[in-house]
Amino acid sequence: MTTFDPYAPSRDTTEGKVFSVTGGDWDALVQDIGATKEERVVVNMGPQHPSTHGVLRLVLELEGETITEARAGIGYLHTGIEKNMEYRNWTQGTTFVTRMDYLGPLHNETAYCLAIEKLLGITDDVPERASVIRVMMMELNRISSHMVALGTGALELGAISPMFFAFRERETVLEIFEMITGLRMNMAYIRPGGVQQDLPEGALTKIRDGVKLMRKNFKENATLLIGNSIWMKRTQGIGYLDLAGCTTLGITGPVLRSTGMPWDLRKVQPYCGYENYNFDVVTADTCDVYGRFLIRMNELEQSLRIIEQCVDKLEKLKGAPVMVADKKIAWPAQLAMGGDGLGNSLDHIRQIMGTSMESLIHHFKLVTEGFHVPAGQVYVAIESPRGELGASVVSDGGTRPYRVHFREPSFNNLQATAAMSEGGMVADIIGAVASIDPVMGGVDR
Amino acid sequence: MTDGMFGAKGTGDTSGYGGLVRKASTAGSSERPYGSYFDDVADDLERAYPEFSDAIERVVVDRGEITLHVKREKLVEVALILRDSLKFEMCMGVNGVHYPDQTGRELHAVYPLLSMTKNQRIRLEVSVADGDAHIPSLVEVWAGNNWHERETFDMFGIIFDGHPGLTRILMPDDWEGHPQRKDYALGGIAVEYKGATTPPPSERRSYK
Repeated sequence: MTTFDPYAPSRDTTEGKVFSVTGGDWDALVQDIGATKEERVVVNMGPQHPSTHGVLRLVLELEGETITEARAGIGYLHTGIEKNMEYRNWTQGTTFVTRMDYLGPLHNETAYCLAIEKLLGITDDVPERASVIRVMMMELNRISSHMVALGTGALELGAISPMFFAFRERETVLEIFEMITGLRMNMAYIRPGGVQQDLPEGALTKIRDGVKLMRKNFKENATLLIGNSIWMKRTQGIGYLDLAGCTTLGITGPVLRSTGMPWDLRKVQPYCGYENYNFDVVTADTCDVYGRFLIRMNELEQSLRIIEQCVDKLEKLKGAPVMVADKKIAWPAQLAMGGDGLGNSLDHIRQIMGTSMESLIHHFKLVTEGFHVPAGQVYVAIESPRGELGASVVSDGGTRPYRVHFREPSFNNLQATAAMSEGGMVADIIGAVASIDPVMGGVDR
Repeated sequence: MTDGMFGAKGTGDTSGYGGLVRKASTAGSSERPYGSYFDDVADDLERAYPEFSDAIERVVVDRGEITLHVKREKLVEVALILRDSLKFEMCMGVNGVHYPDQTGRELHAVYPLLSMTKNQRIRLEVSVADGDAHIPSLVEVWAGNNWHERETFDMFGIIFDGHPGLTRILMPDDWEGHPQRKDYALGGIAVEYKGATTPPPSERRSYK
């Protein structure tokens, strides 16, 4: 069944017959393929496919229903973020990195800002309140990210209800984000030196209520899936990857922890003061999709524990600064609430326009040009929901990054697709890819 | 190659007020003691690898991180010893950096390594000349470097010899040029969709 598509003209192929599927009668296609008497079929799955977790293209060589070779094709969402950042100042970079892995924007921002702070040598000067807010926001973000991983993962395997529950919980988190940062995603909230603004009135109460609600609701999702015989059959023993495979492929995050390796950068190489929180590293020893699912489920509770400790700390740190004292790095103007929501600080405008020429010059220079970062190169890694997110940042001493590279866990972990799925059934590659939880915005950057 | 975005010429640098741009300084090599666990790493490597002084061009310790600058001919040997004897089981990939001013060593490849056994991190750096941008592939040592090396080839044009399939990964296969290089300007490209062409942003309107 070769249908004519005016925008995708037919191409010559060196071997075999090409079947283009653009809708139509499935039985007719099956008959056509059956008539070729060819056992080996190469199927192109994606990049536009509801089960490939984004614009991911999988090229599968099949013999019957068994995958003999699997290759992943990426790059469909490449937006040149790393290149663009070289043309903007350091602070503006946060608005770029937040758009990479769009399910973990706060992790991207934190990795990037920690790298800048390390280059500036102000890691210890970041106020405690800012660090606690960062940790709290990152853990909330981990919950919302895991909720998408669990919800869409279940959906791709044919279970629809868990996604409704998961997205309901995610909404709780996104409402908190919206209250604190003004945006549900891509917030650019974490800035070099601290966070963009302090928590608004009532935020901690809302978070406390949210934690209570989520703790209750998570149980519903757990009862839907854990022990469910269809779910167990679709996930247990699927997408197997052991510790040796993980190390050679550089796999981190829940996939690595599903091999029994308790490797979590929050514990082993703490940043942002993670050493001051009580939480457990969740592992499984099954090396399969089910183990990774259980890890994500149980990490939700650990994140809730951390959030509660953050709220306690923040109550004690009320009124403390959320940005470094150095006015060269901190944004010169403080935002104030105007009649229409956020607005400029009238005091600041009065000062720069009415009384101090020097302040005006400083404001202009710091806002348009930005701050200088001493030359050097650093690598900072944090534990994102998907594994080690590393920021390699090079400065030449200027006001803009010389080179920023992100070691994206999704990009790296997606390489495991072949190892996890070759030799298995074609239906199981969906579960395997979902258990890696790749976010294509992060893969392609 | 494209012009700068919105008709901007040169680098489009906004920090050039009064010529205040400071040039990158190539950090010199560090002297012992390096501090932290870095001395142990260097000692262990010297013991396990007799050709240490020949293979390692210099050691830089900066901001609490150690960088070993490795000659490219020795890269695979050093990597194998770091993996097997010094327990750096994981390589966190490779990323390129382009320094057009460093004549003869314009292109750098940077490999962050991680040892889970010892909870340590080090960094390897290899530099090559623009005209001879060949570096041996480390896919045989750490299979996970496969895509990272493809990305670095795609973005910088560094050729990783021995890579099982060094093709573009993020840019389209027929793309010309390597976008992350400093001589590749940030600019728009024409977009073709279903037969119609939209000009690049830089040509739609002039902001001069």
